[in-house]
Amino acid sequence: MALSREQIAQRVAQELQDGYYVNLGIGIPTLVANFVPEDIEVMLQSENGLLGMGQFPTEEEIDADLINAGKQTVTMATGASIFDSAESFAMIRGGHVDLTVLGAFEVDVNGNIASYMIPGKLIKGMGGAMDLVAGADNIIVTMTHASKHGKSKLLTNCSLPLTGKGCIKKVLTDLAFIEIKNGQFHLLERAPGVTVEEIIKLTQGELVVPDVVPEMQF
Amino acid sequence: MAGFNKVVNSYEEAMAGLTDNMTVIAGGFGLCGIPENLIAEINRKGTKGLTLVSNNCGVDDFGLGVLLPNRQIKKIIASYVGENAEFERQMMSGELEVELTPQGTLAEKMRAGGAGIPAFYTATGVGTPVAEGKDERQFNGRNYILEEAITGDFAIVKAWKADKYGNLVFRKTARNFNPMAAMAGKITVVEVEEIVEPGELDPDQIHTPGIYVNRLIQGTFEKRIEQRTTRPSGE
Repeated sequence: MALSREQIAQRVAQELQDGYYVNLGIGIPTLVANFVPEDIEVMLQSENGLLGMGQFPTEEEIDADLINAGKQTVTMATGASIFDSAESFAMIRGGHVDLTVLGAFEVDVNGNIASYMIPGKLIKGMGGAMDLVAGADNIIVTMTHASKHGKSKLLTNCSLPLTGKGCIKKVLTDLAFIEIKNGQFHLLERAPGVTVEEIIKLTQGELVVPDVVPEMQF
Repeated sequence: MAGFNKVVNSYEEAMAGLTDNMTVIAGGFGLCGIPENLIAEINRKGTKGLTLVSNNCGVDDFGLGVLLPNRQIKKIIASYVGENAEFERQMMSGELEVELTPQGTLAEKMRAGGAGIPAFYTATGVGTPVAEGKDERQFNGRNYILEEAITGDFAIVKAWKADKYGNLVFRKTARNFNPMAAMAGKITVVEVEEIVEPGELDPDQIHTPGIYVNRLIQGTFEKRIEQRTTRPSGE
């Protein structure tokens, strides 16, 4: 069965390592914070100027001056630091963040990502996404494998305006964990109960499938 | 005003000299740390044809969004504008010119503008619509685009505390773009929650030195919250 949003986040959380500084995008990536293994420490970076983002505040703790990049009220973890936007993107662009997790509309076999604009329809802007994908070496994209109408989001060429070029190496969808290298998608894992055939059917770009594709473990 | 004393006594005085078709840089992220009373004063003045530089454009009835219904904004340079129906309408109809700029590039454009650096190379936006028409160059085998600095005729800034000399301290994530905006204005106007005497702020704890600040005013703030998210007490 396809993974739920929570399960996608839970699988991403398995990629976290002790001592990682991590930037989580809006949507499914935000949920990753709920599944950090208890035996490791990670520090969450919020690009509006907070390193060490804590949980949501209680009603009494709410502070209008303390929000995350999704404009949600948050708290600070012990050992947090605050800085301005230029400093925040210096750490992002300068490659100091260990892992970035963000959503996308499309990803292609050359590691291109489209995530911010559907011409003539949705116009919101890229926010910090272009800086994040250009600055990070270790990025995981989370998204559904295909649209509700069964249209693949893993393509030979992105059809929408790009957020970044040649910068994505790992994609976790509701069906599969995929690595991008040498101009191809490589199937690493499949969601429990999902067959390789289903994944092939919903992957438009070239997909390399090894003889044995393990199921994700939770 | 005398010597280094930057304090002005009214919002009218704070925004004096702002005229049609000027460029205004504003601090704030979403509705957090926005100079809400200075924006309201621009709205009251009715100044038109403005080019605004700000990460976002407020919501329909608060923040920079209040400048939209009277068509006071000609152009906006921003990274994310998704929270505002009137904005989207004016953008789609072509009434409002929008230059979408990556958030980190926007912050650095302001910083560079204030620091006397006319342009800088960045990998952000290479191979995307942002790179169109920009100089592209390789350093150490990687491609970068040339982005130009931004300065404003005015910068409007919200800080937490200031002394009368305009030394500023920001509070929590309300800092965001405010220090960059303060640097990049020809006339930088700052509104704060509290003004103290020079010497009362610890020089080691000042975020923005008063040299960047031209006018200072104490205000009261609504501080509207855009996404009120909580957890239950006792967890």
